Amino acid sequence: MSELTVSIGPQHPGAGHFRLIVKLDGDKIIEVNPDPGYVHRGEEKIAEYRNYIQNIPHFERPGIHDSSNMLFAYVQAVEGLMKLEVPERGKYIRVIMAELNRIISHLYYLAIYGIFVGHSTMFMWPMGDREHFIDLAQMISGQRVGFAFLLPGGVRNDMPEGVKTRANDACNYFEKRLIEYERIFMNNPIFENRTKGIGKLSKEDAINLGVVGPTLRASGVKADIRKDEPYAVYDKLDFDIPVSKDCDSWARAWIHIEEMRQSMSIIKQSLKDMPSGPVKLNLRGQVRAPPGEVFSRAEASRGTVSFYLVSNGDMNPYRIRLITPSFRNLIAIPHILKGLLLADIPPVFWSLDYWPVEADR
Amino acid sequence: MSEIRTFPDFLKRLIIVLGGLLILAIIIFGVLIYTVPAISNFNGILLESLSNPIVMLNYLDSLGVGINSLFFKIVVFPGYTWAAIIAAEIIWFERKFLAKMQVRVGPLYAGMIGGILQPIADVSKLIFKELISPSRSDKLIFFTIPLLVNAIGATLLAVLPVSEGWLIMRSEVSMLIVFAVIGFAPITVLLAGWASYSKFPFIGGLRGLHQMIAFEIPMLIAALSVVLLSGSLDLVNIVQAQSNVWFIVLMPIGAIVFFITLLAELERIPFDLPEAESEIVMGYLTEYSSMAFGGIQLGTYIRFYALSGIFTTLFLGGWHGPQFLPAGFEIINQIEWFTIKTLLVMVTIIILRGVNPRFRIDQLLRFSWSRLLILAFLNLFIAIFILQMGWFPFGGGI
Repeated sequence: MSELTVSIGPQHPGAGHFRLIVKLDGDKIIEVNPDPGYVHRGEEKIAEYRNYIQNIPHFERPGIHDSSNMLFAYVQAVEGLMKLEVPERGKYIRVIMAELNRIISHLYYLAIYGIFVGHSTMFMWPMGDREHFIDLAQMISGQRVGFAFLLPGGVRNDMPEGVKTRANDACNYFEKRLIEYERIFMNNPIFENRTKGIGKLSKEDAINLGVVGPTLRASGVKADIRKDEPYAVYDKLDFDIPVSKDCDSWARAWIHIEEMRQSMSIIKQSLKDMPSGPVKLNLRGQVRAPPGEVFSRAEASRGTVSFYLVSNGDMNPYRIRLITPSFRNLIAIPHILKGLLLADIPPVFWSLDYWPVEADR
Repeated sequence: MSEIRTFPDFLKRLIIVLGGLLILAIIIFGVLIYTVPAISNFNGILLESLSNPIVMLNYLDSLGVGINSLFFKIVVFPGYTWAAIIAAEIIWFERKFLAKMQVRVGPLYAGMIGGILQPIADVSKLIFKELISPSRSDKLIFFTIPLLVNAIGATLLAVLPVSEGWLIMRSEVSMLIVFAVIGFAPITVLLAGWASYSKFPFIGGLRGLHQMIAFEIPMLIAALSVVLLSGSLDLVNIVQAQSNVWFIVLMPIGAIVFFITLLAELERIPFDLPEAESEIVMGYLTEYSSMAFGGIQLGTYIRFYALSGIFTTLFLGGWHGPQFLPAGFEIINQIEWFTIKTLLVMVTIIILRGVNPRFRIDQLLRFSWSRLLILAFLNLFIAIFILQMGWFPFGGGI
């Protein structure tokens, strides 16, 4: 049979907002060419025309399910230029929001994973449980999706009464649910057939390709910015970095489940250790960074987010470079899909947690 | 006319439409009564039947459309309308039941009781959609497929023994008819994919062909053991042979094999590869719209009902069950038992949809050829063993 070229996306239920040009021999994949850029918004250029505060809501847009983690790197870059020291309570609230966002984003990942292997219950359950954490985030920040909660110098407001009990309830409930997830989704024989040993990315390849985040950790590399270059209060908290040596699609899903466990433990610890006091610095007037340049990194749910910020002392940043984890993981898609079957495309590329909006910026 | 926003609005509109249809029917009937001599005495019978309904039944019988006629059986009761109603309501039940499993609500607004009219609303929507076909598609085949899919489902209904005396057709070789018709199903899937002239439907069609042929052979062998034990190819005789003990008790392996192959033939999850929506959009259904799509779905669900009925017949003892109704109502009792068992089979198939992801084509083929086939043969040997030991009174006739 001759080669068949199929375009998976941009209007395909298994790929939104980007395209994979797939060459097939029968059912076997010969070559995969990713074609990103359908949702490029020019975030970096827009940022040059806005001041430091106006940049907050639109820098969370690339990873909207992950807004606090995206902003974490940005506000730290601005604080690094302005030499600000955030109040302790503000740091703890930042960590809580970041970990809530990690859980929300990981649950979204699991849900779409379910759709891509054809498991409708695996779509509905994580989406339903995600609601508990969205409600919690809404209670703290007032928003349900794009929180815009982190500011240079702290967070927008203090937590209301009752967050602690509610967060503990949600975490206790969800810890039980995670055991059910493992029983029903992760240990399902058909799910294991579809993902175990499929889409292998060896440790050497992962390092050479420069992938980040859960994808890198599923390939057996213990790398996490929260441990390697601790920011905020992550050095005071006790948590693990789950690492798997299986290097396959199943291991990537398992890493996400384990990370949600760790995130809940971080939230509980932060709520317990949190001191009282102010949550933000009182910055009067315009936020204006002194001339200079700064590089800042944070561990978002999909991997490392990096901001490189150059200021010439103006109201607006002179230049901002944003490096997102999805774009760095994109390079692994052709690599791991080669030689697999057509049916493997959606679950395997999604196991990298590739989010086109974030990659295109 | 005002916009339909709530269910009462919908009801009002429905009453207006039905009223219009009634007036139309009265006019047509009035004309017919005075023109066609065969029904010119209808007026008198209509009045008489108000006090004595039997008169009406006898009159319909004399026209050949009565309750005992072949026409009634094909069109209304064990036939197409009955199956279509079951299909529509099983779609509703499936959505509602899956919603319960997935901590959702499911259909809610159409109909008073939990959106029970949702299938009707869906079909009304589909009817009003534009009928589109790809410009380079083979139009004749493309639009024949919905009819063919329906025909396959409906033909299976013809030999389905819902009760001992009340079935559309009894044949010496009804089992062979069933398998001949099932064997035609992959051709419709392939043709639908081919006639669409589109890449994803074509891949879906090929997948369907591979899958159904791979699963047909274990299915046939599992059914063969039933034929061996009952000693007949007639489905009615097969049910009669199970009056004491059901075949699922004698041959649990065969029942499991047949059930799994049933899932594959029906393209249900975990075997819904020909229409895997995340991989190949909607498979061979991708290019279908409007009632062409609706027709295929209806035909598929009628086949779902028919094949569940075949499973009931072969392994669950068909119409057999305790007699609840007084003597003289045996047929109704049998129909009731058959329907209950068939619905239970359908519910089991729906539960599997809630807890399983989808197979991949190579795993599926390996599963069929290397596992199911061996189990089917094993079951065949068990059947022969039971037969040779003389533990089962029927059989040996072939």
